[in-house]
Amino acid sequence: MSGFGPKPWIQQHWDWRAAANFVFGGAGSGLILAAALALPLGPARAVSLPLGLALVALGLTCVWLEIGRPLRALHVLLNARTSWMTREAFAGIALFGVTVAAFFRPGDWMEIALGFFALLFAWCQAMILRASKGIPAWREPKVIPFILATALGEGAALAIVLALAYNMPSPLAYGLFALAVLARAAAWMVYVASVAPKLGGAPQAALVAVTPVLLWIGTFAALALVALAAALPRHFAMLLALGAAAAAIGAGWHAKRTIVTRASLNQGFALPNLPTRGAR
Amino acid sequence: MTRWVMIADLRRCVGCQTCTAACKHTNATPPEVQWRRVLDMEVGEYPEVKRVFVPVGCMHCADPPCMHVCPSTATRQRADGIVTIDYDLCIGCAYCAVACPYQARYKTDKAEFAYGEPMESEKKQFDPKRLGVATKCTFCSDRIDAGLAKGLKPGVDPEASPACVNSCIAQALHFGDIEDKASNVSQLLAENQFFRMHEELGTDPGFYYLWDKK
Repeated sequence: MSGFGPKPWIQQHWDWRAAANFVFGGAGSGLILAAALALPLGPARAVSLPLGLALVALGLTCVWLEIGRPLRALHVLLNARTSWMTREAFAGIALFGVTVAAFFRPGDWMEIALGFFALLFAWCQAMILRASKGIPAWREPKVIPFILATALGEGAALAIVLALAYNMPSPLAYGLFALAVLARAAAWMVYVASVAPKLGGAPQAALVAVTPVLLWIGTFAALALVALAAALPRHFAMLLALGAAAAAIGAGWHAKRTIVTRASLNQGFALPNLPTRGAR
Repeated sequence: MTRWVMIADLRRCVGCQTCTAACKHTNATPPEVQWRRVLDMEVGEYPEVKRVFVPVGCMHCADPPCMHVCPSTATRQRADGIVTIDYDLCIGCAYCAVACPYQARYKTDKAEFAYGEPMESEKKQFDPKRLGVATKCTFCSDRIDAGLAKGLKPGVDPEASPACVNSCIAQALHFGDIEDKASNVSQLLAENQFFRMHEELGTDPGFYYLWDKK
């Protein structure tokens, strides 16, 4: 809305702890999703499930540290009817249950349930941002595909590393990673093109500054390293995969932190009309 | 049905901040928390400069985003349109604060007083329930309810009206039932041109700004 009024300012309510929920929760749910889609039964998959859960739990713990009344945390479950934060909590609980069950009793239906709840958790995270009407950079619908794609890209990167660590390279994981980071780059470009012009100033510059990091390091460099890792012997491949994962995950985390803490201008105030002065 | 709304006549507001002071006095809000505040805007470039004072706060939206996102159901809406917070349910996640397009919500994590140590009046009004939770303007719902119980008319009888409205020295602030076609607020809206803040977001705010005659 154009109008008269003081310029918007960065929201101060959600800091790095809230950002950490998106950072770790996205990577954790992405890892579980990638494991369900691309890792065969075996030690790599067995490790990926608890690691994914640990990341999700770490993110939720960070949020718990931010809330004003931590002893009332269970009240978060009271509004599934309209609140995406409540839905995220329920999705998290379901994800924990299904992941533990899949760890001990793997099977086709378990894989489907794993993938479904991991995707649901990441979706809830994206919708938490989307429902924040007071923050233009968050309420933009195009943030949703980015949050989903980066979760899958980060998860697939971790899945590749785990698969190589246990000498069970997964071509499916390589393919999933390539698809996810390319989709992420496209989603980011579309999101920034839509949001950045509305922000202006430092928040706009912060978003724009993420673009080369996400494209050159998080996408192209990561893809090149993964391509080499797929072609080289294991001990080289492991190092290269670690580098690719660091690049892809670091870029994704940087982007999410920027969205939550640095591009989060509030709506501000704006008057469409100024008061008429004097007699008329 | 009743829907309580507030009107700010921008032609009348002189930016004296008496409403802000009255609100702080009535609701005992801590330093830096202003449920009713007045923006002091300078608009234009020399020599075409205007100064505008704009009272803001919770707009008591008909479709409040703060209520929809609240995970604990602490934020609710009464039948008369007033948006409330249950301090016993709120977990202080501040999701409502980032969902509100009007920057109307506050969260204070520790007790703070104007001069460090609490004064007698601050001690008397201090409410530990408000620590670590979201707070905002209540439209002085306790005054409205008490006034209605006595048969008084909110917006007309000061005892039943919000403190900010009572205190306004320029009669810039008005309060009343927009569903009552004969009410003071309905009359003002019928006679003047008005707008609401950020209407494009679809929140249907209950706070109207008058800016010119019809």
